[in-house]
Amino acid sequence: MLKLSWHAISGHLILILGAIFMTAPVWVAFMSSTHSAETLFREGLQAWPGGHFFENYNEVLFVEGGVMKRVTASMMLWNSLLLGIGFAIGKVVISTLAAYAIVYFRFRLAAPLFWIIFMTLLLPLEVRIIPSYEVVAGMGLLDTHTGLILPLIASATGTFYFRQFYKSVPEELLEAARLDGANAWQFFIDILVPISKTMIAAILIIMFVVGWNQYLWPLIMTTNEDNYTLVIGIKQIYQVLSEGGELPQFQKAYALTILATLPPVLVVLVFQSWFVKGLVESEK
Amino acid sequence: MAEVKLTNVNKVYSNGAHAVRGVNMEIADGEFIVFVGPSGCGKSTLLRMVAGLETVTEGDLYIDENRINDVSPAERNVAMVFQNYALYPHMTVRGNMSYGLKNRGDSKEEIEQKVIAAAKTLHIEDFLDRQPNQLSGGQRQRVAMGRAIVRNPKVFLFDEPLSNLDAKLRVQMRIEIKKLQRKMGVTSIYVTHDQTEAMTLADRLAVINNGQIEQMGKPIELYKDPKTLFVASFIGSPQVNLISVRYDGKFLKSGSLEIDGFEGLPIAEELVLGLRPEHLRIDDQGKLAMKIDLVEQHGADNLVYGSLEGAKNEDGDDLELCLRLNQGQEPSIGETINLSYDHSNALVFSKETGKRLI
Repeated sequence: MLKLSWHAISGHLILILGAIFMTAPVWVAFMSSTHSAETLFREGLQAWPGGHFFENYNEVLFVEGGVMKRVTASMMLWNSLLLGIGFAIGKVVISTLAAYAIVYFRFRLAAPLFWIIFMTLLLPLEVRIIPSYEVVAGMGLLDTHTGLILPLIASATGTFYFRQFYKSVPEELLEAARLDGANAWQFFIDILVPISKTMIAAILIIMFVVGWNQYLWPLIMTTNEDNYTLVIGIKQIYQVLSEGGELPQFQKAYALTILATLPPVLVVLVFQSWFVKGLVESEK
Repeated sequence: MAEVKLTNVNKVYSNGAHAVRGVNMEIADGEFIVFVGPSGCGKSTLLRMVAGLETVTEGDLYIDENRINDVSPAERNVAMVFQNYALYPHMTVRGNMSYGLKNRGDSKEEIEQKVIAAAKTLHIEDFLDRQPNQLSGGQRQRVAMGRAIVRNPKVFLFDEPLSNLDAKLRVQMRIEIKKLQRKMGVTSIYVTHDQTEAMTLADRLAVINNGQIEQMGKPIELYKDPKTLFVASFIGSPQVNLISVRYDGKFLKSGSLEIDGFEGLPIAEELVLGLRPEHLRIDDQGKLAMKIDLVEQHGADNLVYGSLEGAKNEDGDDLELCLRLNQGQEPSIGETINLSYDHSNALVFSKETGKRLI
């Protein structure tokens, strides 16, 4: 009995320490974002709430700032949301369709094509960023939302996931649908998409978070401050901090950081049951 | 209400496997045809060709007067019940049954009416708003049937529809399928590897082996008058007893066993004597002596297993024999009994060709 409780205690202790280790930086950032610039400058990071919560968040969200004094966090939030959602939906649409073609249409090059798509995993955006920029610039899409999202949505991972899933769908389902007079498109929309909805939800969530956290591509793509995403905005504020002669606005940077982490956290919290279901469930 | 005709139908897969070889068949309007054979014999392929799920390599398929080789599955107006039911898992029973009608462009009222009517026939009207995963195996089976009958097709196709059910339910559904088919009078093709199912359901039975039809006819004809060794051994349960023999002009010989009463058989060729368990009877004057190893009590009758004295099988072991007795007759294990049989029921086959000689 004693031994058992000792196990429980040590186990919990490790878990608690781990949890503190993971959440402490977020806590400190959140607390620091509620203090004034002077306090932060004089006393450093804060572990307990200060009195400037509303003032600071109001300022970042609604008072125009940045180099051009034109961006607000709400604007950047909107841009980030567009990027996250567009990125996630685009990836899911492209990869479900690609997987559908690969699994259900027996064209000659299906297998090699799949492996070519799969091999693009070896070529992440960072590797092909110059040519991608060139292409997008050539299409006149610099500084547009389309240009921001389009080059990112081809997804080898997504295609792979959906391919594996479709392969596990019993063949008879397709045959039953054919006898029921469904054409290829109807089978996809009426049968395949509904039965993979938990899977789609899981991929959407992952991709939203990945899209939201995109940094390098939006940084290179956008020159107009109107198109900045939150993740870039944080960096811009630090830049202003180190260059300007004013008192560094650390509290704003922390507030932005908190704002930037909020949506992905909310999405995962709200949809986590779907998320887990999509990754584990195999009911067909 | 349709006739189905197959003329010289062949299927060769792209890997060269010749699954169906020159099948000719005419199925009359309203007939219940069963394809039976071991797994891999091509019976499912043949069915799927009628459904339009497999292409026809050679030969012609007709429903009524129309050649349907190149007609899409939906336009053939056939309905199929799959082994694993293949219900759409995300749709309710109603959705499953109405999907085909919706694609066909029937009006909402019409669909509702047909679905209700079909559901009533199959006693599933209480489940219409449930999803397949909330139903038992038997209920799913009914829904799969419902999806087939609601379209009022020209031909029903069944691909081993009962093999996922437990034994009791299988018998029950078997009877129901037969009744339903009788009532609706729809031409049906049913694939199974279960000879009992085949015997009980079929108006006519096609025994398929190696892509070819070994024999086709009424179940009782195939039982009484099998044309080949394969048909004899496939039809009938328990299986017919097969004894490897040679004819010396007077006796059929196997080891030290000598059986008389046969005439006109080729001499010194390898032959097979087939005796059905139900045609053997205990007879003190009988020529066959059997040492009993095991008695299985099935209730109405007893199956007695033992070794036939004198005869050896190909491996040189004692030859296993099965005998069906009435419930009252229960010989004890270890006992040796003498058996006789009616010569009119004995079957003799050529071992080489598999053809029946007597």
